[in-house]
This record gives sequence, structure tokens and C-alpha cells, in this order.
Amino acid sequence: MALMLVKFDMKKRVKLAQTIWFLYWFAVMAGVLVFSMGLFFKIELRKRSELMDNNESHLLPNVLILMGLITCGVNAFGGKVCYDSLDPSKFIKWKPMLKPFLMFCVGLNGLLFVTALLCFVMRIPLQYTLAEGLKNGMRFYKDTDTPGRCYMKRTLDLMQMEFRCCGNDHYRDWFEIQWVSNRYLDFSAKEVKDRIGSNVDGQYLMDGVPFSCCNPSSPRPCIQGQMTNNTAHYSYDHYTEELNVWKRGCREAMVSYYGGLMNTIGALVLLVTMLEIAVTIGLQYINSSLSSLVNPEDPESESEGWILEKTVGETFTDIMANMKAMSKGGKVEEAEAGVATVS
Amino acid sequence: MPFMPVKFNLQKRVKLAQGLWMIYWLSVIVGILIFSLGLFFKVELRKRSEMMDNNESHLVPNLLILVGLLAGGVSAFGGKVCHDSLDPVKFAKWKPMLKPYLLLCCGFNVLMLFTALLCFLMQFAVYLTLAEGLKNSIKFYKDTDTPGRCFMKRTLDMTQIEFRCCGNNNFRDWFEVQWISNRYLDMSNDLVKDRVLSNVEGKYLMDSVPFSCCNPGSPRPCIQHHLTNNTAHYDYDHRIEELNIWSRGCREALFAYFSSMMNSIGVLILFTIMLESLDMAGLKYLATALETMEDPENPECESEGFLLEKGVKETFADLFVKMKMLRGGNEVEGGEAAEAT
Repeated sequence: MALMLVKFDMKKRVKLAQTIWFLYWFAVMAGVLVFSMGLFFKIELRKRSELMDNNESHLLPNVLILMGLITCGVNAFGGKVCYDSLDPSKFIKWKPMLKPFLMFCVGLNGLLFVTALLCFVMRIPLQYTLAEGLKNGMRFYKDTDTPGRCYMKRTLDLMQMEFRCCGNDHYRDWFEIQWVSNRYLDFSAKEVKDRIGSNVDGQYLMDGVPFSCCNPSSPRPCIQGQMTNNTAHYSYDHYTEELNVWKRGCREAMVSYYGGLMNTIGALVLLVTMLEIAVTIGLQYINSSLSSLVNPEDPESESEGWILEKTVGETFTDIMANMKAMSKGGKVEEAEAGVATVS
Repeated sequence: MPFMPVKFNLQKRVKLAQGLWMIYWLSVIVGILIFSLGLFFKVELRKRSEMMDNNESHLVPNLLILVGLLAGGVSAFGGKVCHDSLDPVKFAKWKPMLKPYLLLCCGFNVLMLFTALLCFLMQFAVYLTLAEGLKNSIKFYKDTDTPGRCFMKRTLDMTQIEFRCCGNNNFRDWFEVQWISNRYLDMSNDLVKDRVLSNVEGKYLMDSVPFSCCNPGSPRPCIQHHLTNNTAHYDYDHRIEELNIWSRGCREALFAYFSSMMNSIGVLILFTIMLESLDMAGLKYLATALETMEDPENPECESEGFLLEKGVKETFADLFVKMKMLRGGNEVEGGEAAEAT
């Protein structure tokens, strides 16, 4: 008793082949889409790898690129088989390859599903990498003369302006580190000496933020320095002032950006997986309907198509029996070999 | 003596029709490209219309949108005619429309030439509009409480950040306007009162620039205030300092952006004119080749295709004669009408 049996006549077979060919071309484009999304994600990670300590994991984009390429190739091959399926002479040469090809497709679908799950799961390590990297980024902001870190200031400024964020969790993070290089501090000035003497690490700390934290939508020109001192500025109350600098922290901003990107990619890969499952089932129907022709010489004869030749339970028992036969055959061969070596 | 005759047999005719069909589809795609570029240009002008006093001319993008749509339509029709040309039955219904269609294509090419010319010439208008608009924008930077101008500060800040520029010609433009609103100035303070009284118009001028002029590539934290005072900052010389703030003016930056866009669009339109001329020549050859078949019943016979039935001079002379006849006919009719009245 086959699984999901469907009767086919000539017209239905032709329609099925045409539809599945069309769907295969969609699937090729979907494969290209997956490939380009993987490429885009890789580029985005590279652009900000400085802010992630250069040790972010490129596993996900590499997997996406690989799966995109394999999906493209597999679907192009499947489309070719569909196209030839209506011509019995051409279909003969593809027939022996179909069973292994369909097995391979099933395996590929499983891999695609795993990739989609990976998209949703890899958010968590990324969050930790970002948190660590941003903290170091801010510490190295002032080191514009240290080789290997001289672009950290520019990267961080551009990122704060682009993502509309300030500091790691909020703007007060800038109060806790020295972000002005010693080269630009006049150590003979009393004020500077006081500030440096006032804390244990000897750092020049101030209640100011870099210019990239400024919010252009603020109605007044940006207040960057002496932010907690209400008397330093006219009509200013730092408790109620909201529009002056960006309130969001950069870790939150970047995590939500990358998280959104990964969620979208994961959802798209799930859709592609469903499309792949549909075309695999379609190809199986084509295969079974062409191999079960009542009268092989007459193309107009009726036939039957199915997903599995027997029911699910029977198919599993068959597979287990096959595997047992193979392992027993292996044991017998080993015993024979053992006997041969002994003697 | 026809102009540039070419002999055709069935194979050559079929090849010509197929090649011409492909070129027509290329023209359709190029037409769609021109349409979308026109749309993009319109959107860009709108985005920055605040800095052009809201009176920038939308002539060029509107014309581009029209030209793009027309190019798409004309080429699609031409492609359909080509597709049907190999089937005598289908081609018979298109035959009478071909002459007016080719004349329309000629007119359309002239329109495209005019559009390309506009693309290159309207850059002057854009430059002048930008100069005027930016000057006013800097003047209205502080008016964040005036309805209609409350977003000028944000727009100008975002423009300076995006285009990496400062001021109209250079950063010193900011020294000549008051860019801090009076709401944030403590008028009871002596310093403030001194500054306000120090100039004729009573404006609070300073040698500072807004934060959006800052260059993130500078190795030191941005120096916005007291830019011309070397002693106000440690190890600072304003004459040799180059990386602190953007040195380019926004008029130059914005103009370079728009002018490169308009130049590329103009070049694309010139390319489209050449493509359309190629289409027209091909269609004329195809039509004449199908008309001059020696044996209309036999599709395999030879035929001749040409661009013009007579030589160039003779065709022009014919045209003149026809126009004179038309005018002469009008005069005769006018005379008759006068007699009748």
C-alpha cells in the first residue's frame, strides 16, 4: 500500500512536469538568494570586526554560502531532469541516477533546516563577542598613534553616528575611561594635574563624551563637556535633558541590528527549505509515475505516482532489514577473513 | 538608386528579425533604467529640497521619467512587430502602421537629444540654487522653534555628516552667523553681552562650528570652539591643522554629487539615442526586405532592403516639394474660402 497514491494520465503528467520545472527555477533563484545573503552577512561582520576584537565567528556566513551554492547546483540538475522527463528517450539516461539523487535531496533539506536553526541560535555567541569587543573599543579610542589601533577612534565614531548610540550601555561609560590621548594634555596645567591625581589609575577622566554621541535632532547645539554640571550651561538640566546625546547604548544597537539580520536570514532559509521539500516530493511523483506506466510503449497510458512505495512503517522495517543484512554480510566476510588469516 | 541597399535571402531575414528583437528588448530594459534613474533623481532632489529653498526645478527628472516610459513603450511595440514579421499573415496588419511609427521614433530621438542636452546644462541652475539655499540654511540653523524651519538644524547636520563638508564655501561661514538660538544664551552674562554688542547687528558670533563639522578621522578629539585661538588648546596650530574638521564646503560637495549623477544620466541617454537609431535602421531594413519580395507567395525568395528609397538628396527634395504643395494647397484653399465669404 503506497504512501499518498495519485493516479496520473498523460495530461496530468505533463502538467506536473511543467509545474515542477517552474518551481525548480524558483528554487535556483532561492539558492542564489541564500548565497548572496551569506555573502552580505560575511561582509557586515568584516566591516565591524574591529569592534568585535577580530575574533567573531564566521561559521554562519560560510555555511550559508556553501548551502547556497549546493542548492543552486542541485536545483539546476533537478530542473534539467524535469525538462527531459517528458521525452522517454532522454529520461532513460537519468533514470538510474534518480534514486540516489532524491536521497541526496532529502539529506540536503535536513541540512538546510539545520542552517536555519543555526541562524537563530548563533545570536547568543555574537552578543558576548560584541559586549567584549565594544568595551575594548572604547578603551583603545585614544590610541590613535598605536599601530593596529590607530583607526579605532574613526571606526567607533562612525559607528556611533550610524547606529545612533553612545557608549557600551549608555553615555556614562565614557566618563569612566580616559578617551583623550596624553599627547593632547598639557601636564603643566594645574587642572590637568588635579584630575589625574584625583583617581587611583592616574587617568584623565571627565564628564564629557566624544562628538559622535551628539544627536542632530536636538534643538540646541550639542553639549559635550561638563555634562553633569547644570551650572556650566544656561537653561540646562542633565536629569531631564533627553535629546542632547543619543540615549541608546551601542551594544544594544548592534545586537538588535545583527539579531534582526540573522532572524530575517533564518526565516528566508526556512522558506527555502519548504520550497526544496516541495520540489523533492514533486520529483519523486514524476519518477514514480513514469516508472509505473501500465503500458511502457504507449506514452498516453495511465500510471500511478507515490511518495513511498510502501507505507512508512514498512519502509522503515525494510531499511532496518537491509542494514542488518549488510552488517551480517560484513560479519561473515570478517569471519572468512579471520579463518583465512588463521589458516 | 536606393540608399544603402542590402540583399536578403530567407536566412538573412530571419537572422535580422531575431537580432532586432533582442535589441528591442535591450531597449525596453534601458527605457526602464532611465525611468528608475529619473525617479531616483527626483527623490534625491526632494530629500535635499530644504537646502535649496524648496524652489529647485524638477524639469529634468520629470522629463527623464516621461522619456523612460516612452522608450519602454516604443521599444516594446517595435519588438512585437519584429516578432510578427516572420509570419506574413501577422505582419500584414502591422504594415500600414510602420511609416508613422518610424516618424514617431525620429521625433522621440529628437526629444531624447533635447533631454540629454538639458541634463548637461541644468547643472548650472542646480549650482546657483544650491549656493543660495545653503546660505539661507546656515542662517536658519538656529531657528529650531520656528514652524517650517524647525528641522533645518537636523537636515544641515545630517548633510554635513553625510557629505563630509562644513559651511557653504568653508568652515569660516559659521563664524559669520549666529548659530546658537537666543533661548540658550544667558543674556545677563557679561561675556555674552560683550559679544552681542561687539557687532553692528547685535548677533552672538563666535569662532566655533557645530559638531557635525567634526572629522572622525582626526587623531585628537574634535576641537569645535575657539578654532582661531591657538592658546586655547594644547599643541594646536589652526593654520596647519587639517584633519580636525572637514575642509570642504557643502556647496562644492553637494554640487559634485548632483553633477556626477546628471552627467552619468546624460551619457546613458546618449547611448539610448544610438540604440534607438540602430533599432530604427534595423526595422526599416526588415520592412523593406519584406515588401520587396519578388514572389510574395514564396517565402524563400530573395529581396532587397534599403534605408531610403531614393538617395539622401532626392528624398530631401521630395520632402520640400511635398511641403510646398501642402502650403500651396492651403493658400489655394485660403483663396477659395476668401472668395466664398
